[in-house]
Amino acid sequence: MSDPATVRKAKGTVFVKPEVCKGCSYCIEFCPTDCLEFSREFNAKGYHYPVLGTPDDCTGCGLCGLYCPDFAIFGARFKDIEVARVTAAARQASLDNPTS
Amino acid sequence: MSEAIQDDQDLSGMPMMDNPVMPYLRQERIPHIWCPGCGIGTTVNCFTRAIEEAASDLDKLAIVSGIGCTGRVAGYLNLDSFHTTHGRAIPFATGLKLSNPELSVVVYSGDGDLFAIGGNHFMHAARRNMDLLVVCVNNFTYGMTGGQVAPTTPIGATQTTMPYGNFENPASLPFLADAAGATFVARWTVYHVRQLTRCFKEALGKKGFRFIEILAPCPTLFLRRNRLGDGVDMVRTYKEKSVLRNGADTKEVGLGLTGEIVVGTFVDRERPTWLESMNDHFGKVFGDRYSRYGG
Repeated sequence: MSDPATVRKAKGTVFVKPEVCKGCSYCIEFCPTDCLEFSREFNAKGYHYPVLGTPDDCTGCGLCGLYCPDFAIFGARFKDIEVARVTAAARQASLDNPTS
Repeated sequence: MSEAIQDDQDLSGMPMMDNPVMPYLRQERIPHIWCPGCGIGTTVNCFTRAIEEAASDLDKLAIVSGIGCTGRVAGYLNLDSFHTTHGRAIPFATGLKLSNPELSVVVYSGDGDLFAIGGNHFMHAARRNMDLLVVCVNNFTYGMTGGQVAPTTPIGATQTTMPYGNFENPASLPFLADAAGATFVARWTVYHVRQLTRCFKEALGKKGFRFIEILAPCPTLFLRRNRLGDGVDMVRTYKEKSVLRNGADTKEVGLGLTGEIVVGTFVDRERPTWLESMNDHFGKVFGDRYSRYGG
């Protein structure tokens, strides 16, 4: 485990909207790295929603988002999240200074 | 007011990511009414990814649905859409296409709507090779009205109107579409999300009458009455039982209650569309006096 070459490191993460999840478990069943599991908490409708059980296994492939029939979960790679963050910050800056 | 500013500040620190399907949905209508474990939402995911990858002009894309669970897709997608009366999605789409030939028209409906009430329209639109993409989400039953026998219900399946098991021969939808003259016929299941996305993208780039059948579980009615488990169990069954056979003879792709599920692109051929045929014909009859309509 101490060898850095064998230590798993997360390449992405998932974003979950618990309030629209209906607990169908498609994402948990078909996650290629089996990194999702049901939460212990319930959402407002009484369903268990998915959470990252082993976050280090997540590659951000986004297959959970493609399967989710309720549009409640999606995955993204860290580098894509960084690109989105930079783009959003630039848009915000242009809104704050409309003259430039 | 101060709370709103606080929220904005919190959000700017967080990764600014939104679900990639969200720009294509009417977000005020989400969460949708489909049951937990229903596969229709998954097909909508695949469809939106396909129009994103194909970089379709959203002003030139229209979606038409009939009645039923799948018929609600037109209401949830943030495109130009129309929710027609039962079974009349294809006639409406035909009129839409002919009045505005630049539009790319997609009919998105269920098996009961397209093949029972609207079966006649399906046959004639395929025969004329009307330039439409018809997507049929097949869940083997009438979901919204309480689980009656549909034209696709397999022999032996128990339904509300067949409590001792169905004995009617089901329609094989790819065979019907092929025989009626569709130019592109494919079948996928809810399990094959990547393949389905590719198939949507391919079909959106083609002309003529294109038909895609998608098998989806109906956990509330079809699966429960037949004791086939939950939605995810059926998708696992699709994974185990499906056999990829591109170019398969559509005579041999019928579905049973159990047994293998042949998936793939069965038919891909070229035929002149209705508008092309009309222009060619009138061009021959009237010569220079005729100006072509819609390219």
